Amino acid sequence: MSDSNALVPSQEKGGVLDLGGDSKDFVTAYIGKQLFGIPVLTVQDVLGPQRITRIPLSPPEVAGSLNLRGRIVTAIDVRKRLGLRDKDDDDPGMSIVVDQGGELYSLMVDQVGEVLSVPKKAFEQNPATLDPRWREFSDGIFRLDKKLLVILDVTRLLDFTSSIKQAG
Amino acid sequence: MDDLLSEFLTETSESLSTLDVELVKLEQNPNDPDILSNIFRLVHTIKGTCGFLGLPRLEAVAHAGENVLGKIRDGELVVTPDAVTLVLESIDTIKYLLGELEQNEAEPDGNDAGLIGRLNHFADTGTIMGSDAAPAAEAPSDEPEMTPEEALQAAFDAAEVDPDVGAPAEPAPEPEPAPAAAAAPPAAAKSQEIAPAKKPAAEKAKPEAPRAEAKESSVAAQTIRVNVELLENLMTLVSELVLTRNQLLQMVRGKDDSEFTVPLQRLSHITTDLQEGVMKTRMQPIGNAWAKLPRIVRDLALEMNKKIDLQMIGADTELDRQVLELIKDPLTHMVRNSADHGLEDIPGRREANKPETGTVTLNAYHEGGHIIIEISDDGRGLNLDRIKAKAIANGLATEGDLEGMGDQQIQQFIFKAGFSTAEKVTSVSGRGVGMDVVRTNIEKIGGTVELKSVEGRGSTFIIKIPLTLAIVSALIVESGGERFAIPQISVLELVRASNNSEHSIERIHDTPVLRLRNRLLPLVTLKKILGLDTTEESDEGVDEEAFIVVAQVGTYSFGIIVDRVFDTEEIVVKPVAPILRDLSLFSGNTILGDGSVIMILDPNGIATRTGEITVGGSQGVEGKAKADASDGETTSMLVFRAGGSEVRAVPLALVARLEEIDVENIEHSNGRPLVQYRGKLMPLVFIDGSYQMKAEGRQPTLVFQDRERTMGLVVDEIVDIVDDVLNVELTADQDGLVGSAVIDGKATDLIDAGYYLELAFSDWFGTEDTGGEKKRVLLIDDSPFFRNLLTPMLSVAGFKITAVETAEQAMDLKNRGVLFDAIISDIEMPGMNGFEFAEALQNDELWGDIPIIALSSHTSEEDFERGRQVGFSDYVAKFDREALVSTLVQTLSNM
Repeated sequence: MSDSNALVPSQEKGGVLDLGGDSKDFVTAYIGKQLFGIPVLTVQDVLGPQRITRIPLSPPEVAGSLNLRGRIVTAIDVRKRLGLRDKDDDDPGMSIVVDQGGELYSLMVDQVGEVLSVPKKAFEQNPATLDPRWREFSDGIFRLDKKLLVILDVTRLLDFTSSIKQAG
Repeated sequence: MDDLLSEFLTETSESLSTLDVELVKLEQNPNDPDILSNIFRLVHTIKGTCGFLGLPRLEAVAHAGENVLGKIRDGELVVTPDAVTLVLESIDTIKYLLGELEQNEAEPDGNDAGLIGRLNHFADTGTIMGSDAAPAAEAPSDEPEMTPEEALQAAFDAAEVDPDVGAPAEPAPEPEPAPAAAAAPPAAAKSQEIAPAKKPAAEKAKPEAPRAEAKESSVAAQTIRVNVELLENLMTLVSELVLTRNQLLQMVRGKDDSEFTVPLQRLSHITTDLQEGVMKTRMQPIGNAWAKLPRIVRDLALEMNKKIDLQMIGADTELDRQVLELIKDPLTHMVRNSADHGLEDIPGRREANKPETGTVTLNAYHEGGHIIIEISDDGRGLNLDRIKAKAIANGLATEGDLEGMGDQQIQQFIFKAGFSTAEKVTSVSGRGVGMDVVRTNIEKIGGTVELKSVEGRGSTFIIKIPLTLAIVSALIVESGGERFAIPQISVLELVRASNNSEHSIERIHDTPVLRLRNRLLPLVTLKKILGLDTTEESDEGVDEEAFIVVAQVGTYSFGIIVDRVFDTEEIVVKPVAPILRDLSLFSGNTILGDGSVIMILDPNGIATRTGEITVGGSQGVEGKAKADASDGETTSMLVFRAGGSEVRAVPLALVARLEEIDVENIEHSNGRPLVQYRGKLMPLVFIDGSYQMKAEGRQPTLVFQDRERTMGLVVDEIVDIVDDVLNVELTADQDGLVGSAVIDGKATDLIDAGYYLELAFSDWFGTEDTGGEKKRVLLIDDSPFFRNLLTPMLSVAGFKITAVETAEQAMDLKNRGVLFDAIISDIEMPGMNGFEFAEALQNDELWGDIPIIALSSHTSEEDFERGRQVGFSDYVAKFDREALVSTLVQTLSNM
């Protein structure tokens, strides 16, 4: 990964997202009212509420680790990662498990929706005015009928080293 | 091919391929000290091994290369592409020489003076000598100025002379400066890949290749080679299976009538067998790692003009292949060090009044899930003054620092990087890579290395490593509502501290400490260092009752305060996710039997975190115990209080159990107190007639057991268990006391267990007296304590005991014509020792046939063998009462 994420304009990241074919499949998830999409092929599992072991001293975005059929999965609080406030209700939420470089991560979201197949002509680059934090984690936007689908860049979402650099 | 050589070739070619990569990395990051020291170590290892294998040409090249690297490491030279090229060239030459070695089992003729000259020139001046000249021009070659075409032609010409090697010579199409003559190795540098193929053609043209193939196939037929990765995978799967099995067992536990119980039991057995089977495929005797040591030591002895006897004990001790691989190099290093630095040369040994032949002893054995490897020598030991001087010279410590350090702490400096006490840099060692690498490598696999050294008497290194890396035993603790695992290997003991017990937490300016056996143990609160202490409550309240895990890292002991302690569990260590790697407090994570994920604490990380320098800090509790142990034999004593404030002690071996008895349950029969204990009546005795029991609550009781009978000795409080040297000063004019001794720095009364046994059962000593004459047994022991201990005990067992203090007294008895049925003799005694005594009796008319049983705290195989030879009929560990009695009975019935 390049070290200078913050400086790279979002347009240049379009390459990460393969737009071959007429449409693209995404697992959708809600955080608050916003709809997010994760490329379906990176998704390993969708989980209900899990028992999570806290990891002391870890970054705040790391919620802990959990046992998924004998494998240890690191749970990431996507809300915190996106700079959102904690949820108001007690709903335990759901998780999407993704594979990143052989390691499993569980992305904690409010709710997991259906798998959507979206036409690639509905794709838009990130608006230049988007919150920089979101711009970093977003691969682009799809215009759906009534909503906008923000595509999450899982690699960047899980790259904690670059965000530490940013913060510093 | 020679095993040693082939192993060397495999190893070195591995190192070389790493080197290539590392050197290129170095060129890109010239200031990375890690890469540099890694390269330096690799070259150093190659050099060292060459020296021992008698490969002067290789050694010379490696030595010159190392010189350059050493200068670079010390900052005297800078890394330039030219420098890297030069070092790469020496690596290529090494590769070329290795290729030759593989084919001919000998170094090719010639030398590398040109290359070495340039390396040395660079090392001295920092400039490349004649950097424009083609490398080939420098090489002392038969045909120095051949053009590539000519060289190739020569190769083919040579090939045509001997038709046998026509085929191997063919894949040489590139017009590289071919190594036409064997004496032009630097020229081979650029044509590395094709060199081996062309070599036979250009050289004496021996058809080597076909022969090598034939050899390989004959070896291959005997065993199947399995990829290590496959075994690793298998091991991981089995580990998972074990965890799943544990999970299932936990679910079924507590349900007696479950239909799963039986099949699950079967599954459990099969899993265990499978686990053992898979483990076995990875187990190898440690002797494999030792195989090349005798030769290394032999060559070293010749080179250094020393006489060295290498003793290897326990070569068949098995351990995990992976672990074996990892300790191989450190072991070689340490043995080499012992032989090189540790032992004196012949004149030196004569001067020190030692036998000319020095001994290096390797001893491996299993101990509680770990392998212990001891490497000891009877050489000069560590020179503290020199270490101090060196530590100051290297800026590792100031004089003031050293002033405040104990001997043991100073000795720890040899584990620091860049530290070498050897005065000269020899081809063997002395470049300051060594003990730090050893320590790093051993700690990497979760082991520990300890050092004991007495100046003038020798040094002993004790390596403790886990049997296997895949499954470790860990203590599960709770802190701040979360559970954590602490690897058992670093846990010394558990202490429960509360305000009203012997152990309570004290504070120095809010820093908690614990008094433990007359030492102050630094404490860390796990909750705090993990940031789980959200409540911010005042510490005073927390310390009412706490559990302290006493952990040891190197020689530094410290206590970790936790909220709760669960039991130990076998866990499979898994690395943490990459985003958590920088958390130095954790060494991994794992899944417990109940399916939850748990973090594994790294005591090393905690020690570093809490400010302890890596050089062993305060000499810990363990260190003290060890130091004591070296002074003499230690005995485990149970220290308690009963009736009064003075402490009393009894050998732990005599106590069967410790119980707490509810005062309410005490009944009386015939005026004597009794309790029902394990379905029987157990009489209770008191320390003396005036003793008052508590009116209510629970009363700690020491339970003594002898065959069918049990007796409880009621005490006020059990204070501690202490390992200490026992020096009894006899003052046994009081009933029930053997005498007093200084135990752990305090005067302590030793109680006479026999007296209380008699008190409980007036017929205790008469039980076996059921007719027939008592067998007469002679007991020889210089310790009055043991005589007093054993005499009543053996009397109970129905023997007639005569106890004497020395072997000389026993000889007196013999000369007076006294007869015995058996003799029990201590081994270590002043004057005539047990071995000499037995030897003297061996051919005696009167006593020659009397069986002699040796009594000793040393029960190694070696002692045993020696005992057998001098005529002992059996060997019993001190304090093993049952074994002693049964051995006696057996021996006597054999007569």
